[in-house]
Amino acid sequence: MTGVPFHQPRPVMAPGPLVALLAPLLPLGGVAGHSVGFVDSPVALAGLALLVGALLLRRLAVGALSEAAILLIGVAAGYGATLRLLADGVVPEAGAWLLLLGATLLLGRVLRLLAEVSGPARHACPALFGLAILLLWEILTRGLQIPAILLPPPSAIAAAFATNAADLWDDFRQTVLISVLRGYLLGCGAGFAVAILADRVPFLARGLLPLGNLASAIPVVGIAPIMVMWFGFDWQSKAAVIVVMTFFPMLINTLAGLASAERIQLDLMRSYAAGYWRSLLLLRLPCALPFLFNGLKINSTLALIGAIVAEFFGTPVVGMGFRISTQVARMNLDVVWASITVAALTGSLLYGALALAERRVTAWHPSFRKR
Amino acid sequence: MPAAPSPSLPPSLPPSLTAVPPPAPFAEPGRTIVDVRNLTLTYQAADHPVYALSDVSLSIAQGDFISLIGPSGCGKTTLMRVIADLEQPTSGTVLVNGMTPEQARLKRAYGYVFQAPALYPWRTVERNVTLPLEIMGTPRAERQTRAREQLERVGLAGFERKFPWQLSGGMQQRVSIARALAFNPDLLLMDEPFGALDEITRDHLNLQLTQLWRRTRKTCVFVTHSIAEAVFLSTRIVVMSPRPGRILDVIDCARELPPERTLDIRESPEFQRIAHRVREGLMEGHSYDD
Repeated sequence: MTGVPFHQPRPVMAPGPLVALLAPLLPLGGVAGHSVGFVDSPVALAGLALLVGALLLRRLAVGALSEAAILLIGVAAGYGATLRLLADGVVPEAGAWLLLLGATLLLGRVLRLLAEVSGPARHACPALFGLAILLLWEILTRGLQIPAILLPPPSAIAAAFATNAADLWDDFRQTVLISVLRGYLLGCGAGFAVAILADRVPFLARGLLPLGNLASAIPVVGIAPIMVMWFGFDWQSKAAVIVVMTFFPMLINTLAGLASAERIQLDLMRSYAAGYWRSLLLLRLPCALPFLFNGLKINSTLALIGAIVAEFFGTPVVGMGFRISTQVARMNLDVVWASITVAALTGSLLYGALALAERRVTAWHPSFRKR
Repeated sequence: MPAAPSPSLPPSLPPSLTAVPPPAPFAEPGRTIVDVRNLTLTYQAADHPVYALSDVSLSIAQGDFISLIGPSGCGKTTLMRVIADLEQPTSGTVLVNGMTPEQARLKRAYGYVFQAPALYPWRTVERNVTLPLEIMGTPRAERQTRAREQLERVGLAGFERKFPWQLSGGMQQRVSIARALAFNPDLLLMDEPFGALDEITRDHLNLQLTQLWRRTRKTCVFVTHSIAEAVFLSTRIVVMSPRPGRILDVIDCARELPPERTLDIRESPEFQRIAHRVREGLMEGHSYDD
């Protein structure tokens, strides 16, 4: 979409968010056993008023972005009022839930508007979506009084994050900076080196590929305790598990990449009397880069999983897997969730960094190139 | 190592290679650059042997522009690939500059222009042209000067920093010609370089190529499907029969057509006459049968 067309009729809005208007007719919630009516709560009334006001004011908007901004005020009012009620110790009932429903339906409208915009504002849609999920998670777990053992609210996880920051950092260092990094480099490096070797010695490729299929079917929970027995409690056993998991994906991807140079490009190298290593360096490795990055990306997530699972079977009392297994046993689920958050963030960052590097290094590839 | 010697050879070659000057089948004033004798090439397909070339003899002199023309699958590309040591003959001998094709290839005696541009998409246009020089160990500064020179020669000055995929098909093929010229080989082997281009681009590139050839006087072997292209560019046209590829006729164009050629000569009666003879040669070989 380029520019804003003149007098484009704005699509008619579904009346969904107006369900919030029914909220005042219903009980808002209970405080210490007493039922509170919707009209008795200034917070709830203010939230509702802002929500309806935003709906009325949307006609003032000149474009999709400003309409989204105005409607967002209503959404924020609905969510804010509900959170405020929870903070005041109100146990929500039908009225409060209807207000939340209205605000959420309004949010749907905002997201639909934002999904169409381009420019820097295009990041607003996924960001708001994620934020909304966090807020709903918070409101629902607290409002429905879900036991923290089943699912703690994000605020509790954040609190656990803050109080256990030192432990979580130590875990991160042990698991990611020591085990994962070393295992990943060893596994990917070995896979790559053996692929180069197998490229020169054909029987190696033929013999190793079926083994690769077999190895990819090995369950990590089966191999991990064996590696702990072989290599001890420290990072070596984790690195060994990661090497087992990452070696073959890298090998197979590298071999496929090396075979991807075109006949005509190889003939060209031959016509220049270029030797094996020169064609490898100047032609076949550049051709293989997209495949190499594929292997590296797959392996980045595999390595993290491998290290955490292996830590379940023995660690020097530190590490993400160790933290998760011990805190589950102590019913400290908020710490477990905090650990999971660290792991998920680490995995995404690794993957994202590799994807970014791939974009830079293989900008010439048809999947990235711009004219 | 075939025993067949070749007429005049560069003085650097061992005396064993310069024994008796043989009678060149199509003698030209220049020294012989490519000498093909009784070349036969068969290969085994899934269930039957394929006779790609049968008893082909051809001699190409320095400064010649030879076109190989014939129907699809007549072995003209195969013949050129044998000269370039990209394919091995079943029998017969080939000498390139008095050496076996392999020795010639290792000495980088020829530049090969393929049917497709075969440019490396991760290299800029300039770095594609410097690729052979890099392999041959030319110093960096000289690589760049030579690449710029050749790119200017094919009319692509100013495109050095572009990537191949940012160029049109015709421009890409010109880059590949500049790349073949970059290391200054005596022999240029071109395998239907303009086959995939539209006619207007093709005319334009034909004109550029003939001017380039006149300026550099490189020996060129050119494979084509197009009669007009062959007549326009060549000093001699080699007409080949369908499989197994044999030489049906060798037509000398240099006698009837001026060395300097413009697109207008295609309307001249001499041009038409030669084109007619090529067509007759192709018909005689039943090229129009299928």
